[in-house]
Amino acid sequence: MASLDISSIKRDFPILSRKIRENNRLVYLDSGATSQKPNSVLDAERDFYTQHNAAAHRGAHQLAEEATELYEGAREKVASFIGADVDEVIFTKSATESINAIAYSMGNAQSGSRFHISRGDRIVVSEMEHHANLIPWQELARRTGAELVWFKVTDDGRLDLTNLSELINSRTKIVALTHQSNVLGTINPLEDIVKRTHEVGALFVLDACQSVPHYKVNVKSLDIDFIAFSGHKMLGPTGVGILWGRKELLDEMPPFLTGGSMIETVTMESATYLDAPKRFEAGVPNMAQAVGLGAAVDYLSAIGLDVIHSHETELTRAAISGLRTIAGLTIIGPTDMTLRGGVVSFAIEGIHPHDLGQALDSYGIAVRTGHHCAWPLMRRFKTVATTRASFYLYNDLDDVNALVDGVERARKYFVER
Amino acid sequence: MELDSLYQEVILEHYKRPLHKSLKANPTIQVQHINTSCGDEITLNLHTDGTVIQDITWDGIGCSISQASTSVVSDLVRGKSVGEALATIDAFQAMIQSKGADTGNEDVLGDGVAFAGVAKFPARVKCALLGWMATKDAISQSQSKNER
Ligand SMILES: Cc1ncc(COP(=O)(O)O)c(C=O)c1O
Repeated sequence: MASLDISSIKRDFPILSRKIRENNRLVYLDSGATSQKPNSVLDAERDFYTQHNAAAHRGAHQLAEEATELYEGAREKVASFIGADVDEVIFTKSATESINAIAYSMGNAQSGSRFHISRGDRIVVSEMEHHANLIPWQELARRTGAELVWFKVTDDGRLDLTNLSELINSRTKIVALTHQSNVLGTINPLEDIVKRTHEVGALFVLDACQSVPHYKVNVKSLDIDFIAFSGHKMLGPTGVGILWGRKELLDEMPPFLTGGSMIETVTMESATYLDAPKRFEAGVPNMAQAVGLGAAVDYLSAIGLDVIHSHETELTRAAISGLRTIAGLTIIGPTDMTLRGGVVSFAIEGIHPHDLGQALDSYGIAVRTGHHCAWPLMRRFKTVATTRASFYLYNDLDDVNALVDGVERARKYFVER
Repeated sequence: MELDSLYQEVILEHYKRPLHKSLKANPTIQVQHINTSCGDEITLNLHTDGTVIQDITWDGIGCSISQASTSVVSDLVRGKSVGEALATIDAFQAMIQSKGADTGNEDVLGDGVAFAGVAKFPARVKCALLGWMATKDAISQSQSKNER
């Protein structure tokens, strides 16, 4: 398999050449929170504003026509990136909004609709969810009287599937799981869970924030019903996310946000709505951001997700084996590379993650510290916070070595001082 | 170097050997404060007769800055009058939020001045204030309890 020319990739990302805290090279290991952006994405956004800016789908002038074409072109790019039909791809503001859209749409559904949910019904999540894929379901359960239940997590950071068929039962309406944990790096095996979900007539929602940016995800072959992810974690701009749903579901699903651009006819009393995707895109859309995301998809596709994934796997393996040589350090999450992505969380005896993160920052190394918006998972591992390094295509082994050396240096600073 | 301006020797000393970190029973008021951005939490017990801070004990988990600073405040305000204690807390808060302009008065803040460097690390200001705000909260709750 072709390997990556990292130095040429690094040149595409202007921020990677800036200096941090005095005169340190930036070692950016926080792509799990948000990725950096290549010039082609920044140029696409700027080009939209300088050459084509107008409200898409409104107005008969040339700019409106071009804006519409670019915006819809971005939708086509995203659709082919995840193996979806174009009409199934909805632009939102973020993954958070995408998940809330499903939850609120279900809450809005009348009885008789397949989306209707009420007391006695069940919503299934897991203990490793990001708050974005937990709180909307807690709220839906609270509003409707449905019951929220969850998969537990094993000591080595995998989903505990031993009670799969009890947890997902005939009362289950929705199963919402993360594809890859943003804390543990675990990639969840979906096949049996999705099969069981459909067996009982429930819907499967995949939080793909940490997977779609890093390896091939095909919504059709996964046989799922909905997917949510954010543009900003995959080289795209902030302010754009994706909600994908199967066509026949979107056609039946009531809208969450209503207003302009999503209607068919309107009287003072009522309105009828357009078909998906427009039905779910009320208001003048985030066009420049969608176009930027389209450019990000082009960038990733040109390099190839398979190449990116194997590169990240190599970095992750090196990071795990390097970090494990450090005294008092524990990896939180799987240490074998099967079904594992490029996110590595760890703890060091005697050093709080905030202090470790601060020391690493003073060496130019950016990592994430804290609860990672996964507070229940922290509790599961009897901690309040971890330190997390996450890798992307622009990282290299020098970055991994800087991390390992930096952690050892910080350990000496705090523990041996 | 910059890291040393944050992690003063005094701070690491308090972190490794925190003072009064063991909850004393039957407090006048118990408060629990959480730093929502990182999950750090402390529980703080205040003993007061309404005019004097008789005792402050605490327990919790957190970074060196939050733990050391709670250790400092618990030692500093014990024995002080309520008014003096509140003035001390205000002085600390002013220093921490001054972005480096106010380096603190050692006569008032004692070991607390070691945290002056935190003011230059905006993400850590909340850590430094955790124990102080918990103390302030406990004092004000004890006063409104007295008034009732
Ligand atoms: C697994 C996971 N789900 C959901 C989210 C929420 O994404 P956003 O904040 O972009 O809406 C994130 C990222 O923060 C994440 O890592």
